[in-house]
Amino acid sequence: MLTLGILLAIVVVLVLWVVGAYNGLISLKNQVLNAWKQIDVQLKRRHDLIPNLVNTVKGAMNFEKGTLDAVISARAKAVSATGVKETARAEGELTQALGRLFALTEAYPDLKSNANIMALQEELTSTENKVGFARQLYNDTATQYNTRQATFPTMLVAGLAKATPAELWEIEDAAERSVPVVNL
Amino acid sequence: MAGFILFFAWVGFGGDLAIGMLTADNPPGSYHHWFPFIGIVTSLVAAGVCWSAWRNGAKRVLWAAGAWEIIEPATPEQRQYVNVVEEMAIAAGVPRPRIWLVPDDDPNAFATGRDPETASIAVTQGLLERLSRDELQGVVAHEMAHVRNFDTRLMTLLAGMVGAILLVSDGARVILRGGGRMGSGGRAGGGGGKKGGAGALGLVVLVLWLLTLVIAPVISRLLAMAVSRKREYLADATGAQLTRNPAALAAALEKLEGHGGATRAITKGAAHLCIVDPSERKISDVEGFLGDVFASHPPMRERIARLKGMAYSAE
Repeated sequence: MLTLGILLAIVVVLVLWVVGAYNGLISLKNQVLNAWKQIDVQLKRRHDLIPNLVNTVKGAMNFEKGTLDAVISARAKAVSATGVKETARAEGELTQALGRLFALTEAYPDLKSNANIMALQEELTSTENKVGFARQLYNDTATQYNTRQATFPTMLVAGLAKATPAELWEIEDAAERSVPVVNL
Repeated sequence: MAGFILFFAWVGFGGDLAIGMLTADNPPGSYHHWFPFIGIVTSLVAAGVCWSAWRNGAKRVLWAAGAWEIIEPATPEQRQYVNVVEEMAIAAGVPRPRIWLVPDDDPNAFATGRDPETASIAVTQGLLERLSRDELQGVVAHEMAHVRNFDTRLMTLLAGMVGAILLVSDGARVILRGGGRMGSGGRAGGGGGKKGGAGALGLVVLVLWLLTLVIAPVISRLLAMAVSRKREYLADATGAQLTRNPAALAAALEKLEGHGGATRAITKGAAHLCIVDPSERKISDVEGFLGDVFASHPPMRERIARLKGMAYSAE
């Protein structure tokens, strides 16, 4: 009778643990998905802001057409990118192109003091930060998820929860690591 | 926190315990105090006050500070502030809180609300004017950390509990003054002849309990401050984790510290919510025992040193 009770208790504890571990994994998986959506929202916002910026500076920077075109084409590429790796690469290029554009506006005093440009600059800085922080949240959550599903004992239920490692958002290009100095 | 709850249980049920012990030796048929009505009444009062703090605490704090909500940012400064709050909400993975501005020249900031969904963040006008974007981000990250760690809930509840204690203590003093003579008369009759050990112990417990009631307001405030001090360090650390830039928060704290004045818009009751002690005589500067017991915030030098330590090890 006693041994039966003990066995029953062990089974109950095991079942409770499996339920807890499974639910924990699913919750983390959804958090990862949500974090990814957060990045998406911010990237979309950045893409929406760029045409405004280009229109505002176009008149004053007629002869810097190459830089503007680089921004426009980088934006087009970023908009159509899919998947973590490709998006990361395209967005990195867009960041660089924007950095060059802002570095160039330095040379135009009337652009520098233009209230519109300043507001746009703040918006883009903020969006850039938001992308960065969303990426940070995504990577943190994804790492937590990956660690959880690969470590003992949670790994035993990883198959049950259909957990596969989430891809981290990495910076691949060495040039991207060096932050462009924007000083308006 | 556990100490806090024990303290409240003692204030509530200690009196019942004492009177119960005193009347335990009474002959059968006379009064036996077994139903803890003092404890139940005080618990009900405390629950009522906490419930009201839970419902309206955040609103009251904001109202008392004269804060107004930024719906549509009017100046570039406010735009930047709104952006920074949105950034930190993303970094912390919580919904964007409501954003408030306190018209006060002294730089300070606080957060309130019972959970991340209903949270509010407020900074003073002086803070917006004095800090750079990175420093503002550090301060907002600190406040967002309070929101995410549920400190704002804890602090709102603590404020409610301290208020409840004050109420109970005041009430008890009034009752004691009125009923003192009657109580002593009854005890002389009931305790005559019998010198039970429980009776003596009960008397000691009763005296202790009455003493506690008298000094309860002080003790509860000290306990609230102790909780608050611990959460400040944690919020600094979490804030640094959110921005990955502890040096900016350290620089902001140095600026806030350097500006010695008092934040007049923020009342004493909300002091423990702020990023720096808003009062004029900064007791948080006092290190050692006195500062450890009486300050709502840890010493600024220590906070800055810890943040700089983080910045150093990150490089």
